[in-house]
Amino acid sequence: MSKVETKMSKQTKPTETKKKLNVLIVDDDAINRTLHARIINQIGGVSKTAGNGEEAVILHRDGNASFDLILMDKEMPERDGASATKKLREMKVTSMIIGVTTLADNEEERAAFMEAGLNHCLAKPLSKENLLPLINHLLDA
Amino acid sequence: MDTLIAQLQRQFRDYTISLYQQGFLDDQFTELKKLQDECSPDFVAEVVTLFFEDCEKLISNMARALDQTGNVDFKLVGSSVHQLKGSSSSVGAKKVKGLCVTLKDCCDSQNFEGCVRCLQQVDIEYKTLRAKLQDLFNLEQQIVQAGGRIPQVDI
Repeated sequence: MSKVETKMSKQTKPTETKKKLNVLIVDDDAINRTLHARIINQIGGVSKTAGNGEEAVILHRDGNASFDLILMDKEMPERDGASATKKLREMKVTSMIIGVTTLADNEEERAAFMEAGLNHCLAKPLSKENLLPLINHLLDA
Repeated sequence: MDTLIAQLQRQFRDYTISLYQQGFLDDQFTELKKLQDECSPDFVAEVVTLFFEDCEKLISNMARALDQTGNVDFKLVGSSVHQLKGSSSSVGAKKVKGLCVTLKDCCDSQNFEGCVRCLQQVDIEYKTLRAKLQDLFNLEQQIVQAGGRIPQVDI
């Protein structure tokens, strides 16, 4: 169990995030976009989706996009998660960005993804149980 | 009427358990069920529909690629099976996911016969799962139409 999960298990478990979040879900897989949007909805947030990293960057180009959280898949066509995260940070995007990896990714690949500017990384499949405590922990930080 | 509901609920429970015990579904399907509620009552059906559409498209892509005798694009097959493995993992389609792992291995070693055999099995397996989940959703409908609640099944 991670330190975040241990801390949470000692308290009454919340069912929603500490504030209502506006979330961008970036994933080339329609099923994952649907799943993650539903999880965000269940924890009290609202979401928009993008089919790859390039779409996510384009959404931010005019400076009007304002997301509290971006769920960024790692492997995507057009522009992958690391490249999109790096570009967004260069564009001074301050949203929390959680990278979404797979269990097949090794430590080096995860570290390289983190280096791009992520706040944290989680392996698929995401669930309310692994996402909610992490988001609340990041909101506290 | 109550007896009918109870019978249907028992059938539903037993059938659901059998799908897990026979390895068709894993814990991820349970997670999908948790995401379904009154606000999104057809969520599981919607997601599995997306999955089966994915299966059809990706299996067709792979079959076409493997049909190019002597000029098989194993990279294309590999990328399609990688996607299918991801989707099957997301919905809890345990057997399909397992076969995708085997197919990916065949692809990586450019084992043409292995790929063909495995792809045939993937095709059979996703169709079997589709039929079984349709039966499960039909049972749910019958319970609701009879005025009952769909029981929570602890696996």
